[in-house]
Parts: sequence; structure tokens; C-alpha cells
Amino acid sequence: MRTIPAFKRQKPETLRPKKNTDANYSSQWRLMYLRFKKHKLAQISLFILALLYTVALFAQFIAPYGLQSYDSKYVNVPPMGFKFIDADGKFHIKPFVYELKSTRDPETMRKIFVPDTEKRHSLQFFVKGEEYKFLGLIKTSTHLIGVKEPGRVFLLGTDGMGRDLFSRIILGSQISLSIPLVGVGISLVIGLIIGGISGYFGGWLDSIIQRVIEIIRSFPTLPLWMALSAAIPPRIPVVTMYLYIVIIFAFIGWTDLARVVRGKFISLKNEDYVIAAKIAGVGSTKIIIKHLLPGFISYLVVATTLAIPGMILAETAMSFLGLGIRSPATSWGVLLQEAQKIENVALYPWKLFPLGIVILTVLTYNFLGDGLRDAADPYKK
Amino acid sequence: MTKPKPILDVIDMNKDFQVKSKTALFRKPASVQVLNQISFELIEGETLSIVGESGCGKTTLGRCIVRGMDASSGQVIYHTEDGQQIDFLKLKGKGSKTYRREIQMIFQDPYSSLSPRMSVFDIISEPLIANFKLSKAEVEEKVTLIAEKTGLNVSYLRRYPHAFSGGQRQRIAIARALITQPRLIVCDEAVSALDVSIQAQIINLLKDLQEQFRITYIFISHDLSIVQNISDRVAVMHLGRIVELAASESLFGQPRHPYTEALMSAVPQPDPELKKNRIILEGEVPNPANPPSGCHFHPRCAYRTEKCVKEVPELREVGYNHFTACHYAEELKLKGVHNELADEA
Repeated sequence: MRTIPAFKRQKPETLRPKKNTDANYSSQWRLMYLRFKKHKLAQISLFILALLYTVALFAQFIAPYGLQSYDSKYVNVPPMGFKFIDADGKFHIKPFVYELKSTRDPETMRKIFVPDTEKRHSLQFFVKGEEYKFLGLIKTSTHLIGVKEPGRVFLLGTDGMGRDLFSRIILGSQISLSIPLVGVGISLVIGLIIGGISGYFGGWLDSIIQRVIEIIRSFPTLPLWMALSAAIPPRIPVVTMYLYIVIIFAFIGWTDLARVVRGKFISLKNEDYVIAAKIAGVGSTKIIIKHLLPGFISYLVVATTLAIPGMILAETAMSFLGLGIRSPATSWGVLLQEAQKIENVALYPWKLFPLGIVILTVLTYNFLGDGLRDAADPYKK
Repeated sequence: MTKPKPILDVIDMNKDFQVKSKTALFRKPASVQVLNQISFELIEGETLSIVGESGCGKTTLGRCIVRGMDASSGQVIYHTEDGQQIDFLKLKGKGSKTYRREIQMIFQDPYSSLSPRMSVFDIISEPLIANFKLSKAEVEEKVTLIAEKTGLNVSYLRRYPHAFSGGQRQRIAIARALITQPRLIVCDEAVSALDVSIQAQIINLLKDLQEQFRITYIFISHDLSIVQNISDRVAVMHLGRIVELAASESLFGQPRHPYTEALMSAVPQPDPELKKNRIILEGEVPNPANPPSGCHFHPRCAYRTEKCVKEVPELREVGYNHFTACHYAEELKLKGVHNELADEA
């Protein structure tokens, strides 16, 4: 066997980079991170999303009221902001709210609320309220903010049953923000496997898979949702219902991701460096893991990020139509059901607040996706 | 002198590409024959160049030999070091690694042939790790050694390919091809993407390595000046066929095929005083999906006769180890490359 002749020499060191910012030593991921850091809008979006998800995680703690609490005395209360200066012009360090008196509008005889300036309730941290399980584990009744009984605080008003909208938006975010993540997660796994098979093996298998995807994509989504949600048995636990809905979304959502994966597989498997690895004797599995996957994973991150807002909107739309999450569980779409009546929107416009938060979330996801796409594109200056 | 030892026999290699028709849904896909009965023998330690115009099948031939692509039919008999003869194209499974690593390839474009997601060290060590069981220290030692041999700065090995210039990248690609100690390397236009000055460096590097490790090269190129400089033998390809195969001096001095003559006349002359007789071929390169009858070159050949239109010329020996596929190889007086240096010597 011929060997490369060895000769006496000093052993040179292959320099491993110390902590530095030298682009020459930077991996693709690091370059992507450096570019992402320049994208201010995406960073702000990432921050807002992190905030939203943190709030969702600690929803029961942050929300002043629980999912079950309602008060028929306070129906359709408008949002009350907290005040620092009272009716007499006196300044209070602690913000406070006035208790509400209900009266009738002398002209329309509609029930309206006026603040009772005699009764002040200052806003407090760590108030005892409705009992819940913190993170689903520890039983407690402490809420982040609130007022002492018998006072009430409705930062964003109440709905037609006297439930605090602010609390319900926060509690609803748990479902509205997590369904898309889980749904996209499942579609990603399905899309990766099916798209990978389609792209890597090609041939008749590819043709069949592509035709199936086309058929699924050509279903009109609304009737499909209706049909699928009709299949969900009524009166099932919230968790089971949640699962069903995620599966419905994943069933439709995977097709997009499968196409992205297939396209990338096809373009990458004919790259010179992949053929070089093949010639060098690297096995198929290793080629997929070391060359193909890293090659398109950044695109996948982008595609996934951009697929999430679609799912948020879909969940909202489904729940809005009464096809998705049902009471007593809540999501933003469920909250918007009340806005179906024009009367509600005209007289109690605060019921549209959930819409604002949906728009905010979708926009931030889109900005984040944009930022990631720019960062992942190696050809962008 | 010992009898030249063959290293590779390519026998009747064919390669068809299926062309999908965009309009017809059920019609049988048309096929284009890119390689047509290619046969040649490769001697250990030599450099065989394959030349021809774009689209003649040079790259396909190279890729089929190293199995970057699958040939439609034919054999590649590989003569191992201990004298066994193996059909390289039929190697399968784990045992095949031993032989497959002995034939490596260098690609044309040093930008697309290196994964942008791996550090140079990982790129060079990849074939090593795939083929041998070695400890980390051994891998590092071999990689640094080969990096030194190919003129790479060892302290830069942890960098990523985007930190390197074209010439350096090609050195990385050469290092990767060399690390498994191959006996044969297919260089697919290995220098054509580089500057002229860098080309010379890389060519010299390849020559040095050939002397040190007794490597055989198949050098695919369209640059005849380089081919003349480095090759022992040259094969001229036209439309998927070898039309002429001869020792370098013999081919460049006295070509026997009109197509070769036309190629030669296109070689730039460094001396402006010299009169140039460029042969401009009329018409276009024939469509390989629908090749002309008889000799594939006849529509563009200045010497064509009735016979050329009807009969396909065989590749036959017309001089000592000089093969050509032309009916009139003996009669025609064709011009080679005017070589000042050769004349003076």
C-alpha cells in the first residue's frame, strides 16, 4: 500500500478560533445571526412575540380573573383606565379605579355605568382571587394585579355575560398562540418526511405524492373545516378538542412545507459538493444529514415562521364561525364571536380588542419571517 | 522498459438522457444519446486529456467513470494494485469502498463543489472519515499533511470556504480528492474557472502531485494549450463519440481528423507575427437528439464526400497508437498546431 511519505516536521496547529467576530471563521448560522442582528424590525417583532408567549405561559397568574368568573351585575362594561388623580384633584401614588354604579340612560333607557367617586379601589399586586393551578402544577389563588373585593377592574371592559375581556384575551392567547405552533410542528414533520421522500427518490413516487398534494390543496378550505369539525364529537374535554383541531390544521398545512422540502432536496442533491461527497464514499444517510439538511434548514425556519400567521388566522376564523374551540375554553376567535352582531360592534366597540391582538401577532410573525428570510439568503448584500 | 500497466478500461460506454416532452402527456420520452460506444484504455501514471466543444459529452463521461452519474450501459474495468480486474460500475455494498476511494474527482467550479456549511478542515477530512476508521489525532495529522502538500496555509483550515479565493478553493478541492490516496483522479475542467496565472499554479501542483504519488489523470478540458502542455495522450470527442485518440505530440503535430484540425486552428498563438489560418466551421453543432447520418461531423466538414454522409466511420488505427474515426485519415494532409518551441528543438 502506498502511503503519503511522512517526514519530520514541526506539528503545525490548525487554529481554532477563539471568541471572535471574524467572518472567515463564521459558520453559516453565525453569518445568519449577524445579518439578523441588523434587521431592527424583525428584532422588535421577536421581542414582542417573546413577550406574548411569556404572558401566555403565565396567563392564569397575570389575568385578574379566571376563565369561569362572571358577574351579571357588570354586563358590557366599557374599558376603565386606572387613574392617579381623583375627582377632587388629589394625586395618589397608587393607581386606582372607581366602583361602577349602573344607571339608565335617560334617553335610550339603555343600561350605562357611571363611576361612583365615593368608592375608590387602588390597584394592587399579588391579590387573592380565583383559585387556579400555577403552570398546571401549584395550586394558588394569587394574581399579579387586581383590586380587593368587592371592587372590580375591567381594563378592557366586559362582554355580554359580564366576563373581563382583558383576562379572557390573555387566557385565550394560550390556545391561539400554541395551536399554530403545534400545528406547524406536526405539518413540519409530515412535510419533511413526505417532501424528503418525494425529492430524494423522485420518479413515479414523486409524481404520485405531488398529485396527492395538489388534490389536498384544491379542497376548498371552509367546507373542509366544517366537515372535519362536524366529525369532532360534541362535549369532549378541552384537551381532546384542542388535539382534534391541531390535526385538522396539520392535515392541510403540511402540503406547503412538503413542497419547500422537495424543491430544496432536488436542487441540493445535484449540487457539485453533494456529488463530491457521494464519490468520496459518504453514505446516503450521512449525505442527507450532513449536506442536504443543513443546506435547507434555514429556508425551512423561514417557511415555518411564515406558515404560523396563516394558522393563527385559520384558528381565529374557525373559532369565529363556531367550528373550532368551544366554550368554556376560549381563544381569540371565540372572543370575536361576540363581534358577529353589528349591534355589539356599534354599541360596545371594545369587543373588537381581540382583533387588534390578532393583527399584532400576525404582523410580528410576518416581520420576523421577513427578517429571517433576509438573513438566510446568502446572496443578499 | 516495462510493459505499460493499464489501470482502467472503458468498454462501450453509453449514456442516454431522457428528454421529457412538455406538450405530450403520454408519449414516450425521447432519449438523447450523450455518450456513444466510448471505449479507451488508460495506462497507469499517464495523463489522458479529453477535449471537445461544449456539449460533446466530456463532463458526462468523467462523471460516469467516477459514478457521479450512472452510465446506461458499458463497463469500466478497474485494474487494482494487486492485479485484479473489477467492473467498477457494478461495485456495490461495503466492500466497494476500498476501490471506489481510489478513483476521485476534481470539479470545474470551486465555488459549488465545496459545501458552504462546512469548515475547510471538515471538507478535506470528510472522505477520510467516510473510508477509514481513524482517531481524531490521526485525521488531523493527515489533513494538515495534505494541506501542506497542496499549498494551503494550515492555520486557515478552520475557516469556511467563503473566506478563500478561487485558486485556494481549487487547492482545497484537490486536497479533498487526494486525501484517500487515489490512483486515478478525474479533473473535470479543473482549471477553467481560474485566472490564467492561477491556472499555471494549479497545473504545476497537479503535475508535482502526479510525480510524488504516481497518480493517473483523466484531464477534461476545452483549453488546448493546457492540454498540450500536460497530457501524454489526448482523446478528441465530438457529439458523444471519440473521433481521435493519440499521443499528444502525434495529435498536435499531425492530426488525422478534420474536426481535430479545426479545434487546433482555434488555439490562440502567442506570436502575432505568425499568420493565422483559422478554420471557421460552418453551421451549428448538430442536435444530439437528432444526429446527422453517417459521420456526425459531415455537415460541417470541408472534406466531406458521399461516403461520409452514408457510412459511419470506425475508430481505427492509422499510425502508431494513433486512432481516428475518419474515412480519409490517410489521404488528408491536415495541419497541427504550429509549435515554435518544438520547431527550434
